[in-house]
Amino acid sequence: MADNYKGLSTKHLLGIKDLNERDIQLIFETADTFKDVLNRPIKKVPSLRDVTIANVFFENSTRTRLSFELAQKRLSADTINFAASSSSVSKGETLIDTVNNILAMKVDMIVMRHPYPGAGIFLSKKVNAQIVNAGDGAHEHPTQALLDAFSIREKFGDVAGKKVAIIGDILHSRVALSNILCLQMLGAEVMVCGPTTLIPKYIKSLGVKVEFDLMKALNWCDVANMLRIQMERQDIKYFPSLREYSMMYGVNKQILDSLDKEIVIMHPGPINRGVEITSDVADSKQSIILDQVENGVAIRMAVLYLLAGQKP
Amino acid sequence: MQNLTLLDGQKFQITIKRLCHQLIENHDDFSDSVILGIQPRGIYLANRIAYELQQILPQANILNGNLDITFFRDDFRRREAPLLPNATSIDFIIEGKKVILVDDVLWTGRTIRSAMDAMLAFGRPKKVELLVLVDRRFSRDLPIEPDYIGIRVDSINSQRVIVSWKETDQEDTIILLSDKD
Repeated sequence: MADNYKGLSTKHLLGIKDLNERDIQLIFETADTFKDVLNRPIKKVPSLRDVTIANVFFENSTRTRLSFELAQKRLSADTINFAASSSSVSKGETLIDTVNNILAMKVDMIVMRHPYPGAGIFLSKKVNAQIVNAGDGAHEHPTQALLDAFSIREKFGDVAGKKVAIIGDILHSRVALSNILCLQMLGAEVMVCGPTTLIPKYIKSLGVKVEFDLMKALNWCDVANMLRIQMERQDIKYFPSLREYSMMYGVNKQILDSLDKEIVIMHPGPINRGVEITSDVADSKQSIILDQVENGVAIRMAVLYLLAGQKP
Repeated sequence: MQNLTLLDGQKFQITIKRLCHQLIENHDDFSDSVILGIQPRGIYLANRIAYELQQILPQANILNGNLDITFFRDDFRRREAPLLPNATSIDFIIEGKKVILVDDVLWTGRTIRSAMDAMLAFGRPKKVELLVLVDRRFSRDLPIEPDYIGIRVDSINSQRVIVSWKETDQEDTIILLSDKD
């Protein structure tokens, strides 16, 4: 790295929006070495031994929470976990009170998932701790975007110049926004594809292509990132039925084989098997879904290492 | 800045060769020993030593790896930004082997402490030795001493010792840099 190296340009990781290209490359280079550490017989390093991290989850999560927790343990950080459903939040405690009480127990860093967009940004202005956004409503999910781009880089050697189609429920997806910002910053071309009702009206202002025909999108792209239909966020009907959605926008092996090139299939999980993609696609050689999960731990280790390493 | 050349040219070569012969005295044919160069600057010395040993012992299989110690340092959160890691490449097991840690300059000893920690992820060595090209005497923070020394230097904290290598910097030299008063 250059002589004027000063680490990440930000104190918190609230969204890809706060990062620049150098930050992302720095995270990737650091993640490369952590991936190497994760493949050793002893997968632990002592870097964060004097750091305490609270994982505060106001929304359900499997992959992200486990991945963060594992990343923290591999770095030797002390961790505490908090799930809103089993806490005093259900008794009416506010977000700031909850977090300040956690911080009173001498916690250095908060990893937070929250159903409201901007919750992390709000918190970063009100409390004295480093905040890592693990998903805020339909806004951003920065570590997911970083691990997606890292997986593309690993598969192709570089992200620049690659064509990535993000397919499915763009409207409710935080993965979509973070992915668009991250991939564009790294020089990839991005297209979104889905039913008209699930494509936000002003998405074009981000400089992405918009396509409503699945086959055209698949024929154009090198990588298809299939998003989950988020039934829990759909307060009204956006399409007639799941069956109809999967007929129009579901990817199966037959469709993949009919393309004249081999494309890479990604999915941030959890998969609705048989809706966005069928099982034979999810488990096929073209799918890098499990590589994404593996890379998730390395990316999160890199983010935590680079953030926590700043002088308190 | 004032520069004082401590070692260069043929003398540099002789020093490397002497270190190799000292190693052979203790390690015979290296069937039971491995060399670990400490990233980032120790790997050049380790590669040179491994190369020279191979010239002297054509039949031997010299195992040489690179060890990165970044995640094992004791100054994390004590500097402005965390140091960036380098690659570790050790494609052998050090369990039960005699390990020779190799670094260019020994100063406070903190790097070596970290290296001993980092090394343990690859097994429990039978014995660990330390080889350095430059020993900055009387400046240790920790009770660590080298087993093989290229040259000894008396220096003060504000001075810096820079080792350059033919492979990356055109010539083999050791220079002592001092601030001009």
